[in-house]
Amino acid sequence: MLAKKTLARKGTPDGRAEDRRDALGISGLSLAVGTGERAIPLLADVTVRVGRGETVGLVGESGSGKSLTARAALGMLPRGARATGGVTVADVDVLAAGRRQLRDLRRTRASMIFQDPRASINPVRRIGDYLTEGLRARGVPARAAAERARDLLDQVGIRDPKGAMRRFPHEFSGGMLQRVVIAGALSTEPELLLADEPTTALDVTTQAEVVGLLKDMQRVHGTGMLFVTHDLDLAAAICDRVYVMYAGRIVEEAASASLFAAPAHPYTRALLEASPSVHGEKAEIKAITGRPRALAESPSGCSFRDRCPLAGDECAGTVPAHRPHGTSLVACVRPEQVTP
Amino acid sequence: MTLTIPALRARSAKRRRRRPLIVSLAVAFLILVAAMGLLAPVLAPHSPDATSLLNSLLPPGAEGHWLGTDSTGRDVLSRIMYGARLSLLAPLGVVLLSGLLGTAIGLLAARAGGWADAVLSRGMDIVFAFPSMLLAMLVVAVFGPGLTAPICALAVSYTPFVGRVVRSVAIQEGTRPYMESYRVMGFGELWVTLRHLLPNVVPVLVAQSTLAFGYALVDLAALSYLGLGVRPPDADWGSMISQARSAILQGEPWSGLLPGLVVLLTVVSVNVLGEHIGGSIGRKQSEGA
Repeated sequence: MLAKKTLARKGTPDGRAEDRRDALGISGLSLAVGTGERAIPLLADVTVRVGRGETVGLVGESGSGKSLTARAALGMLPRGARATGGVTVADVDVLAAGRRQLRDLRRTRASMIFQDPRASINPVRRIGDYLTEGLRARGVPARAAAERARDLLDQVGIRDPKGAMRRFPHEFSGGMLQRVVIAGALSTEPELLLADEPTTALDVTTQAEVVGLLKDMQRVHGTGMLFVTHDLDLAAAICDRVYVMYAGRIVEEAASASLFAAPAHPYTRALLEASPSVHGEKAEIKAITGRPRALAESPSGCSFRDRCPLAGDECAGTVPAHRPHGTSLVACVRPEQVTP
Repeated sequence: MTLTIPALRARSAKRRRRRPLIVSLAVAFLILVAAMGLLAPVLAPHSPDATSLLNSLLPPGAEGHWLGTDSTGRDVLSRIMYGARLSLLAPLGVVLLSGLLGTAIGLLAARAGGWADAVLSRGMDIVFAFPSMLLAMLVVAVFGPGLTAPICALAVSYTPFVGRVVRSVAIQEGTRPYMESYRVMGFGELWVTLRHLLPNVVPVLVAQSTLAFGYALVDLAALSYLGLGVRPPDADWGSMISQARSAILQGEPWSGLLPGLVVLLTVVSVNVLGEHIGGSIGRKQSEGA
């Protein structure tokens, strides 16, 4: 249903009223470093939308530009990068925002969770400092901030929140620390939560707990979440919609249910076939031939054309436009051959 | 002595190693010297300035004068005790000043990068290449003897000693992911640098400052020996050695040897401690991360 809504919005000029309610709206974002002849493109025409309270997956191989996209949402562009297109977070135009506006945005409207919790907390500061710092910066009095932090620690399932406030990061396990980071990210009641592979550095069993917690917290707080991952199964399991990225471009957007049942882009299907499954018969795992490309080194026309089993001459001309196929939006000239 | 620096504690809590005996001895000696200076008015058996020509150049163990007397009959033990005050406070001043300057310059160079880093780093190299004693003597020649001028001069020449290390550690820490995670939380560069990066630099700063303390103590003692530091009759170890020169020529070396020994032991203790702190940081960094 959500996917249909997006489809309906595309092309209709009156979709703007809806735009205003989005937690994150990235439209036609292109990013390049360097100038003139030596410019290296990083992202091309990336469009991602996250509604309030919606969970949206951003899936792709390493180097596909998914983290870059998530960072761009906070205005954190690589040094010397030029961006065109539009990025709005809760009605703030990120690309046009000044330093002060960006700072306010990061403090109040949007939070980010990183891959490795141990690396993303200052090792010499106590957990309590980590959690209250953001609140204190917003002008919350010390006592109220501490109370809120204890409350959040309790919510994310840390036992003895009072004692935990006085501990140092190294006294926690990775999973516990990621819970602390989640608590910190939600402490400012953001409208948008950017989760950049939040479970990649954790054990599989811990992964499930953390993902479950993330979903619960998101539901309770009504936060829109962009879940960046390379794990298609994980994304499909927790997201309402999924964007598949390849070489700095979005190649498919679909509701997660239909993405599994009927992948519309050859790359999505190849990804699904490349992941092993414990269900059903022992199917052969098909690796995708070639290696993932960055945007700068991808071929003309469709970036996936040199690895695509279905590629033909018409793929080389221009970059395929996004078009509806089934319930998906896909950047492929013949999706009917992928899902008949 | 327990170091209550969060970074050291956070990193050392996992595995606490036994402190080597030599380090404990060094710390004990430093505490003893500091206590002597602090409690000199209570502990000293005599006034440090009371002369008694009848009792001049007594050897150690003489009645009423445990460590003997100098050429004007002043009690050596009392003078060592009172001398500890200036001899320890002056290097402390040097260390505090150079630590402050070095940290500021090092952090600025590391965080600003680019041409600011280049200018500051080359500036530190130039100061580093200039002999500290020569600078101190020049400053004394211009401003006259007394402690303030040499302390400032030594502080300036020790600044690169601290600043270069702070800069390299700050550059290294600046690339750690937690820096970005605080930036994402909406904190500015200055805040992140002072509140999150600086505490991670403190252990190295402590180690480097401890070593600088030892060097400063020797340099200041040398300046006093040359008559460019402490003005007589104020007691200070360097000037005590200086005033014992004629006595040494007369075959009565004790009034010079004893303060010399105290200087030696203090500097060795400080260096042992500094090496230990620096070494344990290096160990923790290679173990962790």
